[in-house]
Amino acid sequence: MRFVGYLAMGVAAALAAGQAGAGTLDDVKKRGSLLCGVTTGLAGFAAPNDKGEWAGFDVDVCRAVAAAVFGDATKVKYVPTTAVSRFPALQSGEVDLLSRNTTWTYDRDVKLGFDFVGVSFYDGQGFMVKKGLNVKSALQLNGATVCVQTGTSTELNLADYFRANKMSYKPVIYEKADEIRVAYDQGRCDVYTTDRSGLAAQRTQMSKPDDHVVLPEVISKEPLGPLVRHGDNQWGDVVRWAFNAMIIAEEKGITAANVDQVKASSQDPEVRRLLGVEGDFGTRLSLENDWPYKVIKQVGNIGESYERHIGPKTPIGLDRGVNNLWSSGGLVYSPPYR
Amino acid sequence: MATASDIDRPAAGEFRPKPDQPPPALSVGPLAWVKRNLFGSRFDSLLTLACLAALYYLVPAVWRWAVAEATFVGDSREACAPNPGACWVFVNVRIEQFIYGFYPQAERWRANVVVLLGLGSLTYALSEAMPWRKWVALFLILPYPVLAYILLLGGMFGLPPVETRLWGGLLLTLIIASVGISASLPLGIALALGRRSKMPVIQLLSIGFIEFVRAVPLITVLFMASVVLPLFLPPGSNFDQLLRALIGVSLFAAAYMAEVVRGGLQAVPKGQTEAAAALGLGYWSTMRLIVLPQALRYVIPAIVSNFIGLFKDTTLVLIIGLSDLLQMVKLATTDSKWIGLATEGYAFAGAVFFVFCFGMSRYSLYLERKLGTGYRR
Repeated sequence: MRFVGYLAMGVAAALAAGQAGAGTLDDVKKRGSLLCGVTTGLAGFAAPNDKGEWAGFDVDVCRAVAAAVFGDATKVKYVPTTAVSRFPALQSGEVDLLSRNTTWTYDRDVKLGFDFVGVSFYDGQGFMVKKGLNVKSALQLNGATVCVQTGTSTELNLADYFRANKMSYKPVIYEKADEIRVAYDQGRCDVYTTDRSGLAAQRTQMSKPDDHVVLPEVISKEPLGPLVRHGDNQWGDVVRWAFNAMIIAEEKGITAANVDQVKASSQDPEVRRLLGVEGDFGTRLSLENDWPYKVIKQVGNIGESYERHIGPKTPIGLDRGVNNLWSSGGLVYSPPYR
Repeated sequence: MATASDIDRPAAGEFRPKPDQPPPALSVGPLAWVKRNLFGSRFDSLLTLACLAALYYLVPAVWRWAVAEATFVGDSREACAPNPGACWVFVNVRIEQFIYGFYPQAERWRANVVVLLGLGSLTYALSEAMPWRKWVALFLILPYPVLAYILLLGGMFGLPPVETRLWGGLLLTLIIASVGISASLPLGIALALGRRSKMPVIQLLSIGFIEFVRAVPLITVLFMASVVLPLFLPPGSNFDQLLRALIGVSLFAAAYMAEVVRGGLQAVPKGQTEAAAALGLGYWSTMRLIVLPQALRYVIPAIVSNFIGLFKDTTLVLIIGLSDLLQMVKLATTDSKWIGLATEGYAFAGAVFFVFCFGMSRYSLYLERKLGTGYRR
C-alpha cells in the first residue's frame, strides 16, 4: 500500500506540473453541479444515510459550496475517493473540490500543487481509555500500557509526549488499526492512541462503545481541510468563503433556524452584509449577493454541522475541544466579512 | 425357524439353499455408514469427535446470534436494543442500497429488467431440452449487452440518464463480473492460441501481454487504469471510471484465462491436429472443430475457478472509488446511525457471494458430468 501511495503522489505531482486549471467556477456553473471528492466512508465525516444521500461533516462543506454557487445545497455529485486516488482525482479535474479529511501539510500544499482553503477539523493524536479507569486527563496516564501502531509518527509522538511530561508507559505494538482495536477491546492495554477522529470511529466498533472515552489532550497537529487545485484563485476564494461563512454565522449566532429572523431584524453591519441585506459583497465573488444566507439556511453554521455529525450527542461523540470557535477557547476563526 | 423348516421340508434329492442370513449389524445401514466414514480408524474417530465438539460449541452460539436473539423487524437501531443478537434491521433498511448502490429509486426497474432478463435468458440457454436455446444464447451474445447498456445508462429513448457514478451494490458487482467473464474467455482463447502460434510477432505479443499482466497485482492494474491512464489521454477527456475498471478487470482476467486454455490445448494429443490436417482442415477449422472443444472440456474446472475468482476479485474496485456490494456494506457501517454493525453487513455480503459462487461451482460440476463421461475415472 505504501508503494501505491508513493506512486499516487508521483502521479499527482506529474499532473500538477502539466495543469494550470482556470475557470473552475464557470465550469461548475455550466455543468449545473459540483463534483465533490469525499472519503469512501468515514463515520461522521462522510457516509451515505438510509436514503442513499451522503451526509457528514466533510459533506457539509460540499453542500455549503453548492449552496453558495447554485443556491441549492443538493446540487452536488459525490465522488468517493480513496487515500491513493484522492490527489490524482483532484488534479485530473475529476473533482472540483476535495473535502475528505486530508491533512494540510507543506508538501501537499507546495509540491503537489494544491491550495488548502481552510481547516475544517483540527485533528491530532489523542488517547482513548476505558471509562472505568476514571481517567480525566492524559497526564494521569503514568505507567499505563499503551496500544500503538508500529512504524507511524503516532509511535514517536507518544514517546515524546510521555518523556516531555516525565511519565513512563509500556507500549504494546501492532501492525494494523483493526488489530489494535481488538487488543484494546479485550483489555490487552489500558490506552489506545491514534488520531482523535480515528479513535472516535474505532470506539464505535467496540463491543461496548459507551464504556470508552477519548481524552481531551491532543499531542500532534493534523489540520484537516478542504482543498482545490492550485492556480485557480477565484474558485479557491469561493470554497474558502463558503466555508468561512459557516464560521462567521456561528460567531454571530446565526443558525439555519433563525437566519430569516436575523436577516429581517439584525442591525449588525457585518451580519447585514453577510446576509445580503446591504452592500454588494456577495456579487464580488461572481455569485448571488445573498449566497451566505443560502449557505446558512440550507447547511447551517459550523457548530450546527459539528453537533449534527460528530458532536457529543452523536454516536461519534467528539467533544469540540480545539474545534470550538476562537471566542470559546478553540482554534476556529474566520477573517471578517468586510 | 425350526417350525418353518418343519412345514416346508424339501423333497428328497431336491436342493434348496439355506435362506440368506442378514448381514452383520455393523456392515449395512446407517450404523455401518457411521462406522466406515466417521470412525474408520483411530485418527478418523479423533477427527470426528473434534468436529462434533466444535459444532457443539459453534452451532448454538451462531444460532443464538443469528436467529434466536436477533432482531428482524423494525426501522431503526433502537428496535435492536433489547436483543443481544444480530441486528438484521440494518440489512433490511439498507438492502436496496446494497443491491442498487446509488441508482435512483425511480429508475431501479431498469436495473431489475436488465438483471432478470440476463439471468433468465442465461438459465434458459444453459438448461437442456428447451426449444430455441440457440436463439436465446444468440440474444445473450448480441442484442442483450446493447440493450443492457441502453437501459442502464439511459439518455436515449426517453429514459433519463443515470451516470455510471451512481451504479453500485450487487448490480455493479454483477456488471463487472459478467463483463469480465464474457470478455475474458474469448480474449483468453485468442491469447492462448496466439501464444502457441508459429508467427513470431503474434507469439511475442501474446507472451509479453500474458506475462506482464500476470506479474502485476489486480490492484495495480486497476490503479493504473484509473489514475495513470488519464495522464496519457488528452487533457479534459474524462474517460468513464467504470469503463476503465471494466477494461482493467477484463484484460487481467484474460491473461489468466489464456494460461488455463493453453493448459487445455497442450493436453490435446498431437494426433488430433495431424488427423485434422490429413482431412484437409485449415487452421481455424481445426481449432474450432477439433482442438478447442476437447481442450476447453479438459479445463472446465479451472475456467470456472477463474470465473469464481474473478467474481470475488470485483470487490477490489473499491480501491478506485467504485461502490460494489462490499463497498456499499462498508459505507453503510460507517453511517453513524448504524455504526458497529459490520458483522451483520459482512455476513450478508458473504451470503450473497456464497450463493453466486456456489451456483457457478455446481453448474461447472454438472457440465463436467454432462460432457466428460468418457473421461471419468
